[in-house]
Amino acid sequence: MSQTMLVQGNHACALGALAAGVRFFAGYPITPSTEIAEILAKELPKVGGKFIQMEDEIASMGAICGASLGGFKAITATSGPGFSLMQELIGYASLAEIPLVIVNVQRGGPSTGQPTSPSQSDVMQARWGSHGDRGVIALVPSSVQESYQLMIDAVNLAERFRTPVIFLMDEVVGHMREKLVIPKTTPTIINRRKPEPGELPYAPGPDGVPALPPFGEGYHFHVTGLIHDETGFPTGSPEVTEKTIKRLHQKLENNMDEILRYDELHSADAEYLIISYGCSARSAEEAVRMAREKGIKAGLLRLISIWPFPSDLIEEKCARVKKVFVAEMNYGQVTGEVTKVLGRSKVQPVLRVDTQMITPRQILEAITREGN
Amino acid sequence: MREILLSGSGGQGMILAGIILAEAALREGKEVVQTQSYGPEARGGASKAEVIIANKKISFPHIEKPDVVLAMTEEAFNKYTKCLKENAAVIVDSTYVKNPTLTRGDLHEVPITALAEKEVGSPLFSNIVALGVLIGVTNIVKESTIKEAVLARVPKGTEERNLKALELGFIAGKNIL
Repeated sequence: MSQTMLVQGNHACALGALAAGVRFFAGYPITPSTEIAEILAKELPKVGGKFIQMEDEIASMGAICGASLGGFKAITATSGPGFSLMQELIGYASLAEIPLVIVNVQRGGPSTGQPTSPSQSDVMQARWGSHGDRGVIALVPSSVQESYQLMIDAVNLAERFRTPVIFLMDEVVGHMREKLVIPKTTPTIINRRKPEPGELPYAPGPDGVPALPPFGEGYHFHVTGLIHDETGFPTGSPEVTEKTIKRLHQKLENNMDEILRYDELHSADAEYLIISYGCSARSAEEAVRMAREKGIKAGLLRLISIWPFPSDLIEEKCARVKKVFVAEMNYGQVTGEVTKVLGRSKVQPVLRVDTQMITPRQILEAITREGN
Repeated sequence: MREILLSGSGGQGMILAGIILAEAALREGKEVVQTQSYGPEARGGASKAEVIIANKKISFPHIEKPDVVLAMTEEAFNKYTKCLKENAAVIVDSTYVKNPTLTRGDLHEVPITALAEKEVGSPLFSNIVALGVLIGVTNIVKESTIKEAVLARVPKGTEERNLKALELGFIAGKNIL
């Protein structure tokens, strides 16, 4: 039977991780993500999993890198300041191609910022926070139910593409309580591909993704943060370097049909399209309803997979609209990406950085001003 | 759609009351969203729980104009009764809120904390008394449903006293109508 409960987004995220097969968590508690650690500390031991509270976020990343290489599905959860500390090893996991999920429940920054208040200002950090060029997957849930379902997808995508996945929540979605229905059917689970006999640990398959030999099952291979060849050992070769950097992008870009996730409301005949994500998309949805009641043809494109950036989708959906509004709780991080695709004249930001959610009225006013 | 704001000082159990109310609404098959805000301290500081109950999907999770406000402190009363819906019900704990005045809405004064102390033996039960008053005044959910929701949430061994607190609230709420 399906199970219905009233839980926080953070709780749903933790349950999603368990359903996806996560059996290892290492982390350091931080508002507004702490409930994820709290729930997994209670639940993981019951299913034979391990929970470790580490001394800090750097060590937490180290621990989950190790656990994942040992064959476990492993995650951590944090917020802004912890996410900053994790960046070096997120880059390491990208290059060493270690499947992981890093949950970042965004709060106001910079630095210690506004610990108990919402924000969406780590979108660019999720993309570029770690030095060097690499592809990144980041997913953004908007509701409690989606925090559950999408967390399963995040773990699956990490396993599928052998890469760290950023699960980019925000304080509103993390802390709000809503109905969660856990379906009675078991979710689709993707497990990492194991190598065929003789297959090298970093030899990409036809899709650009190498198989991952699990330590502890008779395999041993070399893992390094230096650029390495298919054996896993470092090389200074310009050719190998170029191939590796390109592959880290292309294994994701060339498989967008598996990664791309979005939702839309009244977008088919929209003259004014709002692009939004996470908690702000909830305000945008209400704004669309209010606008339609006034006879304004407004629509919503809600981004669920935010990295790799869905440029083709945005180009297609915005081709016939008069104006595009980007609603987000930061100084214009996704607005900049949308502008890259559509140009400055077509894009109007609706931003908020005062720790308060963007209201539906604020978005509606922006649309109404444009219509007059 | 009904928008209910429960406010007080950290430690008065406003967030738990909000969760119980939201769970009761969920038990009645309603759509519900519950949010909260509080300061970094565990006790003291302003604390607020918001509950939105509707028959259809709720998008924006915050309340701009509440239908019902519960204010357990003067600070909460002054802060959250500025912007009310036309016929809003405002319930105040007259133990702490002295001479409240409203420019719109209906005011219901109940000595909530004093009742909890005198009749149930501890101010710890004031949030459950308040929940009873709120249901008594507004009938947002059935009395039987809120009872179930309270029992599902409170610590073992405290069920009887919590039910007593709830009943006290029901009666106080209905009497002042």
